[in-house]
Amino acid sequence: MASIEARSLRKAFGTTVALDGVDLHVEEGQILGLIGPNGAGKTTALNAIVGLTAYQGELRVLGRDPWTERDRLMRDVSFIADVAVLPRWLKVSQALDYLAGVHPRFDRAKAEGFLGKTSIGRSRRVRELSKGMVTQLHLALVMAIDARLLVLDEPTLGLDILYRKQFYDSLLNDYFDRRRTIVVATHQVEEIEHVLTEVMFIDRGRIVFDRSMDDLESRYLELTVRPEQIAAARGLKPISERQGIASSILLFDGVDRKQLDPLGEVRTPGIADLFVAMVGKQPPQTGAAR
Amino acid sequence: MNTPSGAMSESLPGSEAIVPAEIPATRRMYWALRRELWENRSISLAPLGAAGIVLFGFLLTLVRLPEKLHTASTLAPIERQKMIEEPFDAAAALIMLTFLIVAAFYCVDALYGERRDRSILFWKSLPVSDFTSVAAKASIPFVVLPLLVVLITVVTQFTMLLLSSAVVGASGESVAVLWNQLSPFRMFWLLLYHIFTAHVLWAAPLYAWLLLVSAWAKRAPFLWAVLPPLGISVFEKMLFNTSHFASLLLNRFSGGGMEAVTAPGTMPMNPMTHLTPATFLGSMGLWIGLAVAAAFLAAAVRLRRYRGPI
Repeated sequence: MASIEARSLRKAFGTTVALDGVDLHVEEGQILGLIGPNGAGKTTALNAIVGLTAYQGELRVLGRDPWTERDRLMRDVSFIADVAVLPRWLKVSQALDYLAGVHPRFDRAKAEGFLGKTSIGRSRRVRELSKGMVTQLHLALVMAIDARLLVLDEPTLGLDILYRKQFYDSLLNDYFDRRRTIVVATHQVEEIEHVLTEVMFIDRGRIVFDRSMDDLESRYLELTVRPEQIAAARGLKPISERQGIASSILLFDGVDRKQLDPLGEVRTPGIADLFVAMVGKQPPQTGAAR
Repeated sequence: MNTPSGAMSESLPGSEAIVPAEIPATRRMYWALRRELWENRSISLAPLGAAGIVLFGFLLTLVRLPEKLHTASTLAPIERQKMIEEPFDAAAALIMLTFLIVAAFYCVDALYGERRDRSILFWKSLPVSDFTSVAAKASIPFVVLPLLVVLITVVTQFTMLLLSSAVVGASGESVAVLWNQLSPFRMFWLLLYHIFTAHVLWAAPLYAWLLLVSAWAKRAPFLWAVLPPLGISVFEKMLFNTSHFASLLLNRFSGGGMEAVTAPGTMPMNPMTHLTPATFLGSMGLWIGLAVAAAFLAAAVRLRRYRGPI
């Protein structure tokens, strides 16, 4: 069953087009990375999915219309907007009480278990916690919800590397199973690429790239080539080229590895490099979104 | 790549483990209310503070009480009643005043604050509808705060009565005159009647308006709440040299009062015989006011759906 099904999703704020005909198909069990520069439309897309913003076009999330059925949908969907949304006056114990009170799928014991691994005291207020601890708290709350879809919008923004790593580690080890679907938007690509099963690049409100990670790994290759062999490498039609230290780095789409091996060092490209190649090469459109 | 990948075409045996669970609407409402009380501690602290001040002030006047009662016994019954009741009325009025202030400030911030601190994204990520959220917020000025204020007032007055009795009894006078006139049970019902007729039902459109502005304003909700009505009043005065709108607002704010009791402007200590609930419930003004309030609240529910963080 498709977790998310969107067809020609559009959203404009005044004259600014945030989503310009987005098609989306996310299956149950996938971990989708929605990657794009600031203002590309990531947040708008996620807000539409969790029923926070009205939109034009068709959108079904777990078979429901998120805009008209947000409260029903939220029994099966969890959402972390970004690190700053837990109210500052909220006590940790109150957060647990409240979720246990209103959420049919919240497992308090589980949340207590996650919190037990942190140094967050029950009587602390959110305003007394560090940024990293607030994220730990939010993640503990969300992971204790037996949801079918988890939507994360820049969940680790502003955190140091230890917290960021911990965040994705616990998400994978303690939360994810094949019945769940995770959609995560970020522009910090490196930390999540080993986590993803699908990757999608969004730029100026449009999906410019949409592949499964398996597909990506079998199709794209990166070649580090010395100047003396650059001409031969260019003959194989790289999709992008950038300068390394005393060498060039060329990116190929669908070129046989055997052809590249003699020319230099071949490896699977990182998503970041692919992103720069795919998104960076497109000329800026006038009149489009930020 | 060791993470699970690809679409799951086959259905897993455990995929039915997530059974639809229900949480009764009343329970969601209860927790939505609890959340309001957690966030806005002034709801209970302000009336309690006022009660504390009242009791402290009353303690200071106790010294002269026996003397005062002695004087009172020489007066005509009406005068005497007034004299005895005076501090009790003053106590009720002061605590009631905190109700008006706390309710107004609460309403202005209720739907604005959660957008300003972005926590609306957290609240909306939970299975609580906009209707439930707004209903919980509206029930603070309409139900919770009035009940709390009445309770605190009655407990305060009862404490005053006990203190008075102790002082009066110690000076050898009879305490019967106090207890005859100030039955705690009667005080409770009178206060309850007064606050719900004059300050809740009659003033409902005012609080609903504040909630609406709170849901709508992108900044300065207090100014948006106050300036338009003020503008209309000034405009009306300049154009037509009348002040119907201003007096309408004042009437709602001050509790109207013509309908709920036969003697307007009297304090809640008056005997129950003055109350005219039937007239109050039958008055057109009440129902028009409630209809306007309902429309404002419905608009607030709708606005909460559209409004995000600011």
